Amino acid sequence: MSAETPYTIEGTNGGDVTLVLSGRISLDIFGDLSSRIDSIFDSHTPAKLTVDLAGVDYLDSSGALFLVRLEDEAQRRSVPFNLSGMSKEKMGILSLIDRQSLSAPSLATKERPMSIVEQLGAGTVSALQDIYEVVSFSGELFYDLVYSAAHLKKVRWNDVVSYMKKVGVDGLPIVGLISFLLGLIMAFMSSLQLKQFGANIYVASLVAVAMVRELGPIMTAIIVAGRSGSAFAAEIGTMKVNEEVDALTTMGFSPMQFLAIPKVIASLLVVPVLTVFSSIFAIMGGLIVGVLGLDLTIYTYIQQTMKAIEIFDITSGLIKSFVFAMAISAIGCQRGFKVRGGADAVGNATTSAVVASIFLIIVIDSTFAIILHYI
Amino acid sequence: MNTEGPVIKVEGLTVRYGDNTVLDNVSFEVRAGEIFVIMGGSGCGKSTLLKQIIGIETPAEGRIWINGTDTTELDDMELRKIHMGIGMLFQSSALFGSMTIGENVSLPLAEFTGLPADDIESIVKMKLGMVELAGYDNHFPSELSGGMKKRAGIARAMALDPAMLFLDEPSAGLDPVTSAELDVLIKKLNEGIGTTMVIVTHELETIFNISHRIIMLDREARGIIAEGDPRKLRTDSDDPRVTDFFNRRVTEKKNEGMTT
Repeated sequence: MSAETPYTIEGTNGGDVTLVLSGRISLDIFGDLSSRIDSIFDSHTPAKLTVDLAGVDYLDSSGALFLVRLEDEAQRRSVPFNLSGMSKEKMGILSLIDRQSLSAPSLATKERPMSIVEQLGAGTVSALQDIYEVVSFSGELFYDLVYSAAHLKKVRWNDVVSYMKKVGVDGLPIVGLISFLLGLIMAFMSSLQLKQFGANIYVASLVAVAMVRELGPIMTAIIVAGRSGSAFAAEIGTMKVNEEVDALTTMGFSPMQFLAIPKVIASLLVVPVLTVFSSIFAIMGGLIVGVLGLDLTIYTYIQQTMKAIEIFDITSGLIKSFVFAMAISAIGCQRGFKVRGGADAVGNATTSAVVASIFLIIVIDSTFAIILHYI
Repeated sequence: MNTEGPVIKVEGLTVRYGDNTVLDNVSFEVRAGEIFVIMGGSGCGKSTLLKQIIGIETPAEGRIWINGTDTTELDDMELRKIHMGIGMLFQSSALFGSMTIGENVSLPLAEFTGLPADDIESIVKMKLGMVELAGYDNHFPSELSGGMKKRAGIARAMALDPAMLFLDEPSAGLDPVTSAELDVLIKKLNEGIGTTMVIVTHELETIFNISHRIIMLDREARGIIAEGDPRKLRTDSDDPRVTDFFNRRVTEKKNEGMTT
């Protein structure tokens, strides 16, 4: 806002008044000028208002908007209004302003905020719709997986290998590190309690059973959901936005076969392997605590670990990780295919893929816990 | 058209991506108030040159002055001040999909002017009216056609009344009627407000209808092969590359090494 307003007012109060503008009448001073419109009329009560633009060096569209506002106010107050000192350029700028557009109502009204009850209803409908879509997609995916199993040559194995690297090999360092630290923490925390009963050796059993049966599959699945599930959703979502999925369809490809199946197969193959690595790294973390903090030998720790784990634990952990892999890859692809719109829709799909995957992982794990209890 | 001195001056500009030299020793000037077109075939470096001028990319060699300021020597903060004085329409319009058209246009006004909300709303309505999108302020970009998105992009680029407007392929992907309407709008804005327009295009209709001057780039020459009034160049140029382009002629090339 300028310190000095570039206008002077000439004429007598209640008579013919001339507003003499000079210098730059532009966006810089638009707010200042607009706020003075009422005071120009109130303090000088003109019978006729003339705006002299002869001294104006530069007029932009905001300056022209000020003149339009001034004229509108004059009309509202029934004050005759005219402009003087107009050049061809200034006329040109004024001619660009479509006065009707200034009061044009929006063709699309903003949605009114919903009440809590409406939000609850809309949320429920949306959740049910989402479940329907996931179930529908799962059916389609299952059909395509069966078809792929029957037509192995039609599977894009190069893509499968590429995704196995992205999900598995590239994910191994972070899965390994987090599992190692998890094993370390578990062993350390449990040792504080078990030491009191002279049951140091059971630290090895605790870490091994917890990781192989529960935490290994869950931690691996959560990391894969964050790394790869989100990447699947973003990749397919971006392809949807760029009409690449439509291009595949029109070229005669099945987007499901082309895009989803390689990701799902790769995930089914590598997530169980990652889970095995996760358990091994966690046991190594526990071993460090056992050897350095509990005076156990490496041999004793490993012997106790082997004794604690049963084949059933390993099998159930691997089956779980297989189901987790299915859920993560399916949700990632489903959220990607669901994208409509632009960049924000891709972002929403990515977030939704991770949140829904983690939720499903917990639900599936709970279901397994109940089933395994009765086996 | 205003015929003051140059508002943009490019001198000895060389652009390289690795070992690949895209533009080599390019020099030209853009005068205030003119519609200046950068034209040439696909891959000749038109959009690259535009990105260099507005400071999105840094040249390997050469200098670029905007309103007398050498932009190649500015840091990010100083360059931001230059950017506030220019408007840019991107090839894809680059409207923010999560915002309504009104919010897209009001964004720079709310960020840089400190105007009250009702003043911003008036200016947004005025800008949308100028590009014939009155009433579309609450629409999202995904609800608009390609031509409407381009016009909304121009409204956003014009939000702060910049003295210079850069347009990258404004007619790309538009039908001839919408493209012609856009040409009329660009000319109207140039004549009305006196905005200097720098347009990257290879649309001959646009070039002949609205441009005051052009430069023609060539991929093999890696620089300018013609400069001036396109209407004169079409008839007077001695360079077959220039006349072929203007007259939509296909230059036959020898298929070296092929036996038939």
